[in-house]
Amino acid sequence: MATVWLGGCAGCHMSFLDLDEFLIELADAVDLVYSPVVDVKDYPENVDLCLIEGAVCNEDNLEILHKIRARTKVLVSFGDCAVTGNVPAMRNQLGIDNAENVLQRAYIENAQNNPAVPKADGIVPQLLENVRPVHEMVYVEYFLPGCPPPAARIKSLVAQLLAGAVPKQEGEQLKFG
Amino acid sequence: MAAKTLTIDGKQISAEENETVLQAATEAGIKIPTLCHLEGVYDVGACRLCIVEIAGTPKLLPACTTKVAEGMEVKTDSERLRKYRRMILELLFAERNHVCAVCVSNGHCELQALAYSLGMEHVRYDYTFPKWSVDTTHRLFGMDHNRCVLCTRCVRVCWHIEGAGTKNVSGRGAKSKIITDLNQSWGTSDSCTECGKCVMACPTGALFQKGSTVGEMERDRDKLEFIVTAREKKQWIAD
Amino acid sequence: MIYHDLIAIKEKELAARKKIVLRCCLAAGCMSSDAKGVKEQLAKAVAEAGLQDQVEVRGVGCMKLCCEGPLVAADPQNALYVKVTAANAPSIVAALNGGQANAAQTNPDAAFFKKQFSIVLANSGVVDPERIEGYIAADGYQALHEVLHEMTPKDVVEAMVKSGLRGRGGAGFPTGLKWGTVAKSPSAKKYVICNADEGDPGAFMDRSVLESDPHSVLEGMAIAAYAVGADQGFIYCRAEYPLAIARLNLAIKQAKTLGLLGAGIFESPFNFNIDIRIGAGAFVCGEETALMASVEGKRGTPRPRPPFPAESGLFGCPTLLNNVETFANVPAIYRKGAEWFAGIGTEKSKGTKVFALAGKIKNTGLIEVPMGTPLRTIVEEMGGGAPDGGTIKAVQTGGPSGGCIPSQHLDTPVDYESLGKLGSIMGSGGMIVMDQTTNMVEIARFFMEFCMDESCGKCIPCRAGTVQMHHILDKIANRQATARDLAKLEELCDMVRNTSLCGLGQTAPNPTMSTLRFFRNEYEALLQPDPFGPHSNGAAKQPELATK
Ligand SMILES: Cc1cc2nc3c(=O)[nH]c(=O)nc-3n(C[C@H](O)[C@H](O)[C@H](O)COP(=O)(O)O)c2cc1C
Ligand code: SF4
Ligand code: SF4
Ligand code: SF4
Ligand code: SF4
Ligand code: FES
Ligand code: FES
Repeated sequence: MATVWLGGCAGCHMSFLDLDEFLIELADAVDLVYSPVVDVKDYPENVDLCLIEGAVCNEDNLEILHKIRARTKVLVSFGDCAVTGNVPAMRNQLGIDNAENVLQRAYIENAQNNPAVPKADGIVPQLLENVRPVHEMVYVEYFLPGCPPPAARIKSLVAQLLAGAVPKQEGEQLKFG
Repeated sequence: MAAKTLTIDGKQISAEENETVLQAATEAGIKIPTLCHLEGVYDVGACRLCIVEIAGTPKLLPACTTKVAEGMEVKTDSERLRKYRRMILELLFAERNHVCAVCVSNGHCELQALAYSLGMEHVRYDYTFPKWSVDTTHRLFGMDHNRCVLCTRCVRVCWHIEGAGTKNVSGRGAKSKIITDLNQSWGTSDSCTECGKCVMACPTGALFQKGSTVGEMERDRDKLEFIVTAREKKQWIAD
Repeated sequence: MIYHDLIAIKEKELAARKKIVLRCCLAAGCMSSDAKGVKEQLAKAVAEAGLQDQVEVRGVGCMKLCCEGPLVAADPQNALYVKVTAANAPSIVAALNGGQANAAQTNPDAAFFKKQFSIVLANSGVVDPERIEGYIAADGYQALHEVLHEMTPKDVVEAMVKSGLRGRGGAGFPTGLKWGTVAKSPSAKKYVICNADEGDPGAFMDRSVLESDPHSVLEGMAIAAYAVGADQGFIYCRAEYPLAIARLNLAIKQAKTLGLLGAGIFESPFNFNIDIRIGAGAFVCGEETALMASVEGKRGTPRPRPPFPAESGLFGCPTLLNNVETFANVPAIYRKGAEWFAGIGTEKSKGTKVFALAGKIKNTGLIEVPMGTPLRTIVEEMGGGAPDGGTIKAVQTGGPSGGCIPSQHLDTPVDYESLGKLGSIMGSGGMIVMDQTTNMVEIARFFMEFCMDESCGKCIPCRAGTVQMHHILDKIANRQATARDLAKLEELCDMVRNTSLCGLGQTAPNPTMSTLRFFRNEYEALLQPDPFGPHSNGAAKQPELATK
């Protein structure tokens, strides 16, 4: 199993850590082969399950997402940013120059010291023209909405997947926000 | 008044002659999803979420505007209806910018509740991310067009309960927009009586009381019903 | 006015006829290329040749071969001049006496003209639409007289039922049935509305009828009003038709002056007035409930039916609403008899249909043919086939609500049922011919864009669904879509068609569905591989997860 953190606030991962004792059960059932909380540089081959937090915001996100899709059996869009684009996607409303405008605002207008847009090819990834939810870029098997999804919701989905079932989430378990 | 007998989802029901299928179903405890329907104002049949199947009619008909008839056989739930309803909701979410996480109505929103109760866990259509404005010029209320579903509930209460005629629709298609008076900012409206009925009527976070933050905008729809009952039946009943 | 007066006008008009008539088209098509100047120069040339007593220069309505306009016809020489300029006028007049005309001519006996069967367009290109006497000379208003004096309203409705006329506004609803419903309503106040909104791209039949023979519509409306018991009529005409509106206004004024509209028509107790309402150019205002809202001065959006206009229409009163061409058929039905009319056309589609023939075809213009005429006769014989040696690929009927009929189905007879079977509709009469260069995905995208722009925005499936369908069509056309997108498009087509509030949304998917039905390969050729789609990781189905 793997978890990744694309364009999101890490809140979903915090919620994941809130799984408390279920984390111990989980550790018995799966190997966490890649995650922000695991020190592995490269996404491995033959991963069974990957929870993807965050929207697709930059070239780096997209590249790893493609790699994940190719190397993973089941993808789960994990949290509202992954499912809907959520707050990160609000820049899309600004129109075609949104990426440039956002950078200007963040690094120039609001800068207290050394205003400059960070630029280092190969190190700082370029922003995509638009922020998109994960399933608009690659096929996603399951969705776990919520900002962040409460631990109970995560547990329910993961437990069902571990049991080999097609996970079923209903009613308020699917609430956004 | 003559009573009509009909079946809804296999259940025998007797309803009054001029009732709609929605009214008859509600009285029988059968819940049909609705969005543009609002108790107390006339129906427009716009959201199409309340569509039902009626035996002998090839068309799907909205329960809120279809009158009951003798012997009618209504189906309010089927694979097909569920699929269409979910698609309609997906279209709504893709149409404007709904960021529930930062919305005043989060947790108290009819649209949001419809989405999860109809099993919409994601939107399959590409989000359009249009640019819409927020009007906060009114002293008491705000309007965020990003969250408006164009149900016209606000327009109907403003015209037909308050009688102010402030709210209206301009433009057409996806560019339709709820406006105040002659498409001016709400704060400059001469006709608005500040009654707040539109805010009470709004199913989403589009209309809100100023000062509400995320998840704080709860509405008291009973107030609207109270006014309507008082006016139409001359009964002053508040719970 | 009594019958005798009507006949007196007719006879006076006929007696004053000159030996030679130069008919000069003054409908909008030809007017846009200086037909007015042509007519003035013709009159001047006639005067200069001293032929005023023998030659009448008459402004007439559309002469049908609009692509060759301005058109001038010389009777009884049976000459038809095309692409006439003002400079040609003197030689055309000279040719009346054996001279050589320096204007191009076309054969007035060609299939384009000879295969036409004129009921609605009988006066078009013949009478002067600006003179009521011309219409009366062509037996105009006789049917109204007969109806008022010889028939009860019930007889009138029955005759309409017997004629088998079906509405020409698109859906083909039986006209007699509609009249009967309104007639049966006990309401004291009823209305008759003529739908002249004609919003389909490529359609100009109704405009031509109004510009060429406005009185036939007025007479048809008056007969309908008598049948259903209405005393007020409205013509809802789009603002883009200024010439039609001007001629209608003039026609109404003339009819009123002669007592053919107004109070006590033909000395009977029947009163009927007609007013014009001008639409501001929204396609959806052609939908009957939106149209009535617009006439009432409200925002023109459709409302759910029932109640149908026949029960509760304009200002809540029972209202008869018919299309221009439907009304234009009416006088002939009463003049010549319902049986005569029912003898034309097919079993279920009676009479004729006017089409605006346009697109990749040699002869563009107006044609009127009996129902059941094969499409091939229309496009190949009458239309002359595709220009520049091209081949016809498909024929589009019904505009944004219709479909494309591929060339292998060209032998289909044009009637409501046959077109419906092919996933198209008769529609109001737009007929767009496409040749081998036409990209069908583009066509679908064009019509979807039209519907998206014209959606009134009231109901969600149409308002938001057309946006998404257009977006997917755009992606397909730009080679950015995958098979998954195509599946989504088809699913949306099905949903929007079944859940939209009015006909606009319900039929918006038609052009897409019909091109998908007959030209699916064109869509598929544009699809892209889906490298990150389902099972792109090699799994054929829901993968089983390995646990420790
Ligand atoms: C979106 C839409 C546009 C329409 N536009 C026209 C129109 O321009 N002219 C017309 O006669 N009918 C139009 N119709 C059909 C009318 O609603 C109505 O059916 C028709 O005018 C009835 O007349 P008929 O019975 O003579 O055909 C339209 C319908 C829809 C749904
Ligand atoms: S209006 Fe409702 S659906 Fe839209 S963002 Fe707010 S809570 Fe979410
Ligand atoms: S506050 Fe009252 S008067 Fe003002 S817009 Fe809302 S409903 Fe209309
Ligand atoms: S502002 Fe609210 S009540 Fe008014 S149309 Fe929009 S969603 Fe409906
Ligand atoms: S189908 Fe389209 S045009 Fe008709 S009511 Fe709905 S939004 Fe308006
Ligand atoms: S509730 Fe019936 S259409 Fe909206
Ligand atoms: S407009 Fe002149 S021939 Fe049609």
